[in-house]
Amino acid sequence: MLARIILILLFFLIPLSGRAGVFNPEPFELDNGLQVVVIENHRAPIVTHMVWYKVGDADAPPGLSGLPHLLEHLMFKGTKKIGPGDFSKIVARNGGRDNAFTGSDFTAYHQNLAADRLELVMKMEADRMANLVLDPKLIDTERQVVLEERRSRTDNEPASRLREKMGPEQYAVHPYRNPVIGWEGDIKAITPKDLRAFYQRWYVPNNAILIVAGDVTPQQVLTLADTYYASIPRRPLPGRERAKEPPPKGPKSVELKDKAVKQPLWMKEYLAPSRRLDPGRQSYALEVLETILSGGATSRLYESLVVRQKLAASAGASYTPDRYDLSEFGFYASPNPGVTMKSLEEAMEAEILKLLADGVTENEVERAKARLIDGAVYARDSLSGGAYALGRALGTGQTIDDVELWPERIGAVTREQVNAAIKSVLRPEAAVIGRLLGETP
Amino acid sequence: MTRRLILALAFLAAFLAAPAMAAKPLRVISPGGIEAWLIEDRANPMLSLEMAWRDSGSAFDPAEKEGLSKLLAGTLDEGAGSYDSQAFQRKLEDLSIKLSFSAGADMLHGHLTTLSRHRAEAFRLLKLAMTEPRFDEAAVQRVKGQMQAAIAQSSEDPQSLASRTWFKVAFPNHPYGRDAQGSRESLSAISAGDLREAAKRLGRGNLILGVVGDITPQELGRLLDSSFGSLPAKATAGNLAEAEVAVPQPGIKPLVIKKDIPQSVVQFGLQGIKRGDPDWFAGYVLNYILGGGGFASRLMVEIREKRGLAYSAYSYLYPLDHAGIWLGGVATKNEKVAQSISLVRKELARLSAQGVTAKELADAKTYLTGSFPLRYDSNANIAGLLVAVQSDNLGLDYLDKRNQLVEAVTEADIARVAQRLMKPENLIVIVVGKPKGL
Repeated sequence: MLARIILILLFFLIPLSGRAGVFNPEPFELDNGLQVVVIENHRAPIVTHMVWYKVGDADAPPGLSGLPHLLEHLMFKGTKKIGPGDFSKIVARNGGRDNAFTGSDFTAYHQNLAADRLELVMKMEADRMANLVLDPKLIDTERQVVLEERRSRTDNEPASRLREKMGPEQYAVHPYRNPVIGWEGDIKAITPKDLRAFYQRWYVPNNAILIVAGDVTPQQVLTLADTYYASIPRRPLPGRERAKEPPPKGPKSVELKDKAVKQPLWMKEYLAPSRRLDPGRQSYALEVLETILSGGATSRLYESLVVRQKLAASAGASYTPDRYDLSEFGFYASPNPGVTMKSLEEAMEAEILKLLADGVTENEVERAKARLIDGAVYARDSLSGGAYALGRALGTGQTIDDVELWPERIGAVTREQVNAAIKSVLRPEAAVIGRLLGETP
Repeated sequence: MTRRLILALAFLAAFLAAPAMAAKPLRVISPGGIEAWLIEDRANPMLSLEMAWRDSGSAFDPAEKEGLSKLLAGTLDEGAGSYDSQAFQRKLEDLSIKLSFSAGADMLHGHLTTLSRHRAEAFRLLKLAMTEPRFDEAAVQRVKGQMQAAIAQSSEDPQSLASRTWFKVAFPNHPYGRDAQGSRESLSAISAGDLREAAKRLGRGNLILGVVGDITPQELGRLLDSSFGSLPAKATAGNLAEAEVAVPQPGIKPLVIKKDIPQSVVQFGLQGIKRGDPDWFAGYVLNYILGGGGFASRLMVEIREKRGLAYSAYSYLYPLDHAGIWLGGVATKNEKVAQSISLVRKELARLSAQGVTAKELADAKTYLTGSFPLRYDSNANIAGLLVAVQSDNLGLDYLDKRNQLVEAVTEADIARVAQRLMKPENLIVIVVGKPKGL
């Protein structure tokens, strides 16, 4: 008890990373374990209020993929005090916008509104953290809504269906193999009892992060949080025990052929470290690599595939360190009319082989680092940008330092580190290739 | 008595939920006479400049050369002056300057965001792109190829297909009905000479500028003259006739585009209201209540909340310079298309016959006034807002008086506009999918 008070005082006196960080957040922790982060921004009299739960689809019970997402929908269906659907209507009536989203590792609820309405949304958000009503009839209607959402996002979208097929090839047992929205059969199998158990297990203050950004002071937020969130009791929290992935046995490949595909797509994804499981700070080198390969018109893949060889309409790479367990480093390209999948694929594989053989140049590394670091200034421009960045990081087991010291750590990446990361991540056995094809390949 | 008290509270809520704006725009006139609206913001060492040119968008593309505006927007940043495409892009990227152009139906737009320390270079590169674009053969061919890839992809995308078909049916004899992205044939027909001719739409007389960020009016004035001073005083642009959304024949069935997909995408719409219409705000509030208010809107409540028929059901006003349009959409499994469309028709009829309730109106107002400052989220968003206010001729004090205009809307205003617009028999309905029972 005493230790916690001292910690809070320390936070007050010594901001974690001075004023030179990216977002300069002020962190606190309530006695019940709720993490609180405040990002001041007084440009306009508005605030973003978010609660992130450190639970996502990868924490769903076996055979019940999609449960965390369905529960996210049901969080709008009322408590003893707030009627079904009223949460959003009350926010709107007060000039605010609200929504929520679910990922593999986190579930977040957010509202944007006038700063003087912060208390109202805090009160309601705290209420549904503890007092959600799960009415079986409303669950069934909402299940239909989610099935329609699945049809829109996946069944009607060949590229999404390909990605969904790649998951189980990439992960033998780890739940990242499942789509966040859930498999259709799983969505239909979820019972009210499953939802209740999941809610009670994971929706606790000691598993949540409250982030407030905008025209407020840390003291105001702390006072309000104390009033509304502090009374929710801490509960025992299970560990995030996900199935351990055996060593990969690739390369694997998946194809999806559909006459609706008029613009084919090639993808190759390698298992890669996340920020959290990254003792050697390889994730920073991978971010530099992603920018070298994919950051704009003069990036390597665009320059080679699109500009010089004229094989592709688009080409690039993708990587996010914001995962709790493993992440993926991906390559993608879409052919120009008349270019076969085979020649596109050969050209992309040649780029990967060249990376493995020759690495990247000193000049490429320096250019990419400068652009990434300048990007931090732009990231500060948006009010909600900082709240999202911190939520994604803290929700995937990272620290505030990981966000605030990011420019410094990117600045420290060397060419040798990027080349070492290439060798360590781009292993054939860790790869899954996806091909989206129309009728004429 | 109770009722009055509630109303009074609602007014108070509206007042409280509408905080004062962060800053007022300043009208800057450069020494050379170029106007820009500026909001100075020193919080971050950067600025955003948003540009637009009146009467320059894809509706002004010559027949058989559809896609010209979008191709122009896609190639203006593909090399200029002594820099070829890669050299120009490298210059931008190494200085973290974001420069791009885009084309709407009515206007071409430019977007520039730069760090303060590279401001001078950013404005120089912008000037080069506008005044000395190269349109090198290789770069033009590449961008055409990318547009053709996008056309191929959207030819099978249900949402895009539904929307493009709607415009074709709504405006059979007006450029608004054409496909702004063009076709394989129309893109092939466009030469570098056509692009050069189209670039003359970028003039000084039709230019609109909004700037937000770290710059003084004096500094901005100098940069405006150096970047925009050499644009032609008068741009070349044609005239566009006024257009009305077509009225379908009585009893006509929805137009179905057959696709073998499990969920149908429905696009519907009819004659809406233009931005300059005296009833604009009444129409705006009406649409919020009907389909613009997310979970609070009637369409969402009837179609999603009560019946679970769709993930989203929405509507919006889409005001073009020469046409007013009201559009909406819903996506639902093939078996439920007929039911969903009939719910939409029923809601239009109910609105037109009964108007809205006092509570709905009060709730709409507190949302629309209270949420207005949320647009003040980033430099580029605010600069875009400054451009929109100018392009619609709303005046320098609009941002301050806008919420009063929303407040002034009455139930009678909405009833009048609902009767004028919300005619279910006028709905043009396009369905992409395999709908049953239509």
